[in-house]
Amino acid sequence: MSLRRPAKNQPENFEFNNSSLDAANKIVSKYPKGKQQSAVMALLYIAQRQNGNWIPLAAMKYIAKFLDMPYIKVYEVATFYTMYNLSPVGKHFIQVCTTTPCMIRGASKLVEACKEKISENECELSNDKSCSWMEVECLGACVNAPMMQINDEYYEDLDKEKTLKILDQILKGETPQAGSYRGRINNEPENNRKTLMDYKNA
Amino acid sequence: MLKLKVNDIDVEVEEGLTVLQACEKAGVEIPRFCYHEKLSIAGNCRMCLVEMEKSPKPIASCAMPAAEGMNIKTNTEFVEKARKGVMEFLLANHPLDCPVCDQGGECDLQDQSMYYGVDKSRFKENKRLVPEKNMGPLIKTQMTRCIHCTRCVRFATEIAGVPELGAIGRGEDMQITTYLEESMQSELSANVVDLCPVGALTSKPYVFEARPWELKKTETIDVMDAVGSNIRVDTYDWEVKRVLPIINEDINEEWISDKTRYACDGLLHQRLDTPFIKYNKKFEKASWAEVYKIIKSKIENTTKEKICGFVGDLTNMETSYIFKEFFERTLDIKNYESRTDNRFINILNREDYIFNSSLNGIEETDLIFLVGSNPRYEATILNARIRKSHLNNNTKIYSLNENGDLTYPYQSFDGQTQTLKNIFNGQHELSKHILNSKKPMIILGESFLRLNNAEFLYIKMKEFLSQNNKLSEDWNPLNILSCDASSVGNFDLGFINKEKNILNDLKSNKFEIVYLVGQDNLDFNKKDEFVIYQGSHGDKGAEIADIILPGAAYTEQDAHYTNLEGKIQKAYKASYPPGESKEDWQIINEIAEFMNNRKLFNDKEELESSMFNYLNLQKEKQNKEYLNEFSGEFKNEKLTIDIKPYYFSNIIARCSKTMIECNNSKLNLKSTGTEG
Repeated sequence: MSLRRPAKNQPENFEFNNSSLDAANKIVSKYPKGKQQSAVMALLYIAQRQNGNWIPLAAMKYIAKFLDMPYIKVYEVATFYTMYNLSPVGKHFIQVCTTTPCMIRGASKLVEACKEKISENECELSNDKSCSWMEVECLGACVNAPMMQINDEYYEDLDKEKTLKILDQILKGETPQAGSYRGRINNEPENNRKTLMDYKNA
Repeated sequence: MLKLKVNDIDVEVEEGLTVLQACEKAGVEIPRFCYHEKLSIAGNCRMCLVEMEKSPKPIASCAMPAAEGMNIKTNTEFVEKARKGVMEFLLANHPLDCPVCDQGGECDLQDQSMYYGVDKSRFKENKRLVPEKNMGPLIKTQMTRCIHCTRCVRFATEIAGVPELGAIGRGEDMQITTYLEESMQSELSANVVDLCPVGALTSKPYVFEARPWELKKTETIDVMDAVGSNIRVDTYDWEVKRVLPIINEDINEEWISDKTRYACDGLLHQRLDTPFIKYNKKFEKASWAEVYKIIKSKIENTTKEKICGFVGDLTNMETSYIFKEFFERTLDIKNYESRTDNRFINILNREDYIFNSSLNGIEETDLIFLVGSNPRYEATILNARIRKSHLNNNTKIYSLNENGDLTYPYQSFDGQTQTLKNIFNGQHELSKHILNSKKPMIILGESFLRLNNAEFLYIKMKEFLSQNNKLSEDWNPLNILSCDASSVGNFDLGFINKEKNILNDLKSNKFEIVYLVGQDNLDFNKKDEFVIYQGSHGDKGAEIADIILPGAAYTEQDAHYTNLEGKIQKAYKASYPPGESKEDWQIINEIAEFMNNRKLFNDKEELESSMFNYLNLQKEKQNKEYLNEFSGEFKNEKLTIDIKPYYFSNIIARCSKTMIECNNSKLNLKSTGTEG
C-alpha cells in the first residue's frame, strides 16, 4: 500500500444529482446543528456512488462547501480510507481479498487470473476500459476464502479456473452468479450442515 | 486546587491543567514534540510519557489531566525505557542528515535524542522517502525529516485561521501538505518554521546561510507595523541574517508576521552609504563636510518660513525629538509634520490617538466593531488576537465595511458614514448590541480618521459611549489602530503642526527647503524646492532629493518606539550603519553644530533624558475636555478602506526580494483562478 494520489485527469465540475442530494440531506439531518461535518464520510461515499465508483477533486470541494468545512479536511479523509477511490475504476470493479485467510487458501491464484484477463497492474483499466482490479485488505468473508468482490457482489470459494470463468463472463457483458462457487449456501459447513436442519435457507 | 506528587515533590495546580504542566511546576523537565502551550493538545508524539502510580502503562503527560492524589514519577528506569523506545521509533524513519540540515544546532529532535535517545537503531529496513512540498516562497520543506507532530497543522487551523495544511494518507504514508500544494495564504505562515521541532519546515530565504551558534543575537523591537512585536535579530558581521520572535505575552505572544520576519533582507539592498549631492540631475558622492556646508548656506539664504521638515513611518522617537528641537531651537520655526494626509487627530489628549483597550483587552471584550480598518493587513498580530478572542470567548465582530477574509466570521454593513451616525445615535440594531455589551471595543482605522467627518463622528461616538456608561476609567472602548511604527511616538512628541496645514502648503509649492527624514510617502510635485533627504534606503524620497544624507535603519541604532497601545519600548542596535552613514540623531546634531557652533545635545544620554522629560511634561498637560463640541455640518460619505499593499508598506519591505516573491506568489494564485 502506498499513498494514493488523485488522478491527473479531473472533471471540471461535480454536483450531486437529485437522488444523491436527497440521500445527503437525510444523512446531514441525523447530526446536530453545527456538527454537520460528521457526515463527511457518508457524503464521500454517496459521491463515489454517483460518479462511477471514484471521487474526483471537484467532488471533494463540493462536499467541503456542502458541509462548510476546509477543503483539506475532506481531502485528508478521502486519502485516509482506502475504500475511497481517487482515480477512475472500471465499470466492473474487482477487489481481490489478499489478507491472511484468503492468502493461505490461494488468493495469489486469483490475482494471477486478474493479471491475465484484465490488466498487468492493479488499478489499471482493461483493454476495453470496462474492468479494473485491485488487491484489498480483508473483506470479512474469511469462511469462504478465497474470495473477491465485483461491484456489490461477493464471489466466494474460488480457484484460478473459476475466477477466469467469472472474468470471462464479465468481459462478455454477462452477470455471473454471486455467492459460493462450491455450492454452499452462505457460509454453511463444507460437509453439510449439522444444525438448523428445519430451515431451508438459514 | 489539586494536590499531587511529582517525583515525591508535592505540587498544587489549578484544575484543568495537565500532568505535564504540573511536572513543569515541580521543576521537572518533560521532553515533548507535539505539545505546545499555545496550540491544542494532540498527544501523538508520545515523547512525554511518564509513570503514574496504579497505571500499568506509561501515560502521555501532555494529554492527561492532572487529578487529585496522583503520584507521578519521571526519573525511573521505566520512564527512561519508554522514552528510549519512543525515540527509536521517531528516528526509525528520520534521515541522518544533520550536517546539511538548517535546523542543526537548534533542533528539538537533535537535542532530545542526545539526552533521552539511544545511540543505535535496530531498524534495518529501508527508510521512507517523502517528496518535498511547495508551501510558498517562505517555507522550505524536507518532508522526509517530518515526525508528524502536526504542530504546523494546528497552528494554521487555530492561530492563523487558514485551514490549508493537513495530514494526508495514513500510517507510514502519512504526509503533511498544503491542499494540492498551494502556498499558504496567511500573513503568519512562517511561524510554522519556528514551531517545527525538526528540520522538515525551514526558512527558505535563510537556507544554508548560517549556523545558529555563529550568529550574534540582539533582542529588539519590530517596526514593520505599529504593534511593536518583540523580536530577536540575528546578525553575522554586518548582515542581518534573520529575525525571530521573542515571547511577550502582552504584545505578540509567540508569533510575528511574515513581513516582520522576512523584510530583513531589504536591509541589505539599495542602501545609502555615503552622502550624495545632485549636480545637473546626477547624484555625485560627497563628503559629510561638503553636504553640511551646502545645507548651512542654503538654510542661511532662505527665509525661515520657507523651510519645512517631515519625518517618516519608521523614524524613531529620538530622531523625531532632535529634529523637532532642531527646528525649534536652531531654526526657530515650527514647520514640521509627521502625517502624510490630513487626518483628524487630537494631540492634546493621549486617549484620542492610542489603542486604549490594549492588546490583552481584546481577549476580554465581548464585541468588536471595526470602522475603516482591515486589521489583517494593518496589524497582523492584532488580527490574530481578535481571532483568538473570537474562538475562546465567541466575541461578536462587526465591520462597517466588507473586508474580505479576516480569518474569522464577521457581520458587515454598508460602509456609509450615515450608518455610523445612526449607530451612535442609538437608531441601529448594532446600537443595542453595543449597549448590551459589557466591554465593547470600537477599532478605528486610519481610513476612518481621513474622513471629512471624522471629528464629528468621533465626538458622536465618545458622547454616545460616555452617556451610556461604556466609557470609564478602566475601560475605554475607543481604539485608534495606527499603521506605522512611528505614529504614536510622534504624536506623543507633539510632532504635528496645529496652526497651519503644512501638507497643503507643500502641495502648492510654498516651501523652498524641504527636509525629509525617512519620509518617502509624500504625494507632492517637486518644482523648485531644495530637498534634503535623510534616510537609510534609496527610494522615492531619495529620488527627488538634492542632497542625500545616509542614515541608519531600525536594526542599526538604539532608539525608542511607542506602539499603538502607547507602550514605549527600546530597540537595540544589532548591526551598524553601512559605509559612511551615521545614526539619524547624530546627523541632525552635527548639522546644528555646523550652523551654530553648538551641538543640540552632547551625547545620546542627554538626548534621551531630555526626551523623557518632555514626554513626562506632556503627560501632565493632558487636556481631556478639549473635544466636546463640534460645530461643523455632517454630510454622508462613503468610507473606503485604503490600505497600503501589505508586502510593500514601508521602505525596507519595498527593497526586500523576499517580499516581492511573496507578493508574486499571491498574484499568480489569483490569476490561475484555482483558489476556489
